[in-house]
Amino acid sequence: MSLAHRIIPCLDTDGERVVKGVNFVNLRDAGDPAALAARYNIEGADELVVLDIAASRDHRPTFLATIRRVAAELAIPLTAGGGVATIDEGRAILRAGADKLTVNTAAIRNPELLTVLAAEFGSQAVVLAIDAKRVGDRWEAFVRGGSVATGIDAVAWARQGADRGAGEILITSMDKDGTRSGFDCALTAAISRAVTVPVIASGGADKPETFLEVFREGRADAALAASIFHDSIQGLGELKRFLGEQGVSVRQTG
Amino acid sequence: MNIALVEYGAGNLPSVERALGRLGVASQRASTAEALGFCDALILPGVGHFGALMRSLGERALVEPLRKAVANGVPLLGICLGLQAMFAASDEAPGDAGLSLFPQTVSELPPTDRLPHMGWNQLRRVRPGKLLEGVPPDAYFYFAHSYAALDAGEAGVAFCDHSASFVAVLERGNIFATQFHPEKSGPVGAQILSNFVKHAGGANGVKR
Repeated sequence: MSLAHRIIPCLDTDGERVVKGVNFVNLRDAGDPAALAARYNIEGADELVVLDIAASRDHRPTFLATIRRVAAELAIPLTAGGGVATIDEGRAILRAGADKLTVNTAAIRNPELLTVLAAEFGSQAVVLAIDAKRVGDRWEAFVRGGSVATGIDAVAWARQGADRGAGEILITSMDKDGTRSGFDCALTAAISRAVTVPVIASGGADKPETFLEVFREGRADAALAASIFHDSIQGLGELKRFLGEQGVSVRQTG
Repeated sequence: MNIALVEYGAGNLPSVERALGRLGVASQRASTAEALGFCDALILPGVGHFGALMRSLGERALVEPLRKAVANGVPLLGICLGLQAMFAASDEAPGDAGLSLFPQTVSELPPTDRLPHMGWNQLRRVRPGKLLEGVPPDAYFYFAHSYAALDAGEAGVAFCDHSASFVAVLERGNIFATQFHPEKSGPVGAQILSNFVKHAGGANGVKR
């Protein structure tokens, strides 16, 4: 008996529709979030993440409506985020039906935000998302959808974020994102060793073996992927059966 | 049957409502002592902070009405923080009294494993219980917490092991509770809610 490793499909949206791109650019339409959510709920996803990658203020009501539509389809946990910078924005996302919210750019700008969100909603509801890119011999955190370098060490930032109240770290490798060349196990392991909260690995998912690697070598507690699931390149049930056969604790469904 | 969700600002109340809706079970929200008095069964949802929950119940003058309803035999299901609120106190908020349906104190889990305990885990059953009827022994349930009741005396039905052994399901008479979130636990979670509704409504199941 042990905590299962989670498989988490991610819906990157423009607020309303699922979009996808490589290395955060060349976005194209990939479907209706609620329809995909309904499918993943049945197929055995352990959790779902829905992000507003446009994260513009004007679109916020649209995104909240999307969260409501997605939540209505789910009997599993939902994490949502994109541009959250205040307690009120966080509350709106949770009230719309999310169980947890992600914060990224605003937390780097104002780390105290993590503390106040955790005090208001509990650490279990606050996920610190970090977009990291290899720069020299370390990983640097980037913000605003990966477009702006911060000069901040991603591993040190993860540790500080967890100390300030984040209950989970969602680490996305910008070098791997969209490449289908496997997760960045070195980055994930470095983050995992630095914190005592659960770590979700993101970026680079491909064949089932890549998930096995990130759970073993990357010491990830959960792995997130988007296009391989959206495009039915990888079935959730088949992936979990493979991991189970390899001795990884996973929640088998159906 | 009149099932009410105790409304005091808990974030997961709509999720519980939706989960009941999927079972075809209508529910209402009760935020006053009067509303609690009209119910055949109560559900106390909860996420977040023990102190915040107890203060919210206190501000709405719901603590004594809840205790009275339970004493009168109204079935009560506590979920996650709703389970913890049934205890006398919690390390999370040393100054705040709980509902004291159980005399023990809720503890902070030791940092042996990664915390919060976040994700899907299995149960270790120590005796048969009503909530787990028809649930496969190896089923996974969704947990998200850092505090837990390590002991509930004879009421403990199933435990979970993460950092420590803690109460995952408890039952005593008309009192039921789960540390995990049945509303987020897929089909097996739905089975738990269905079992509560069935037993709360008597042997004939859901009835008016």
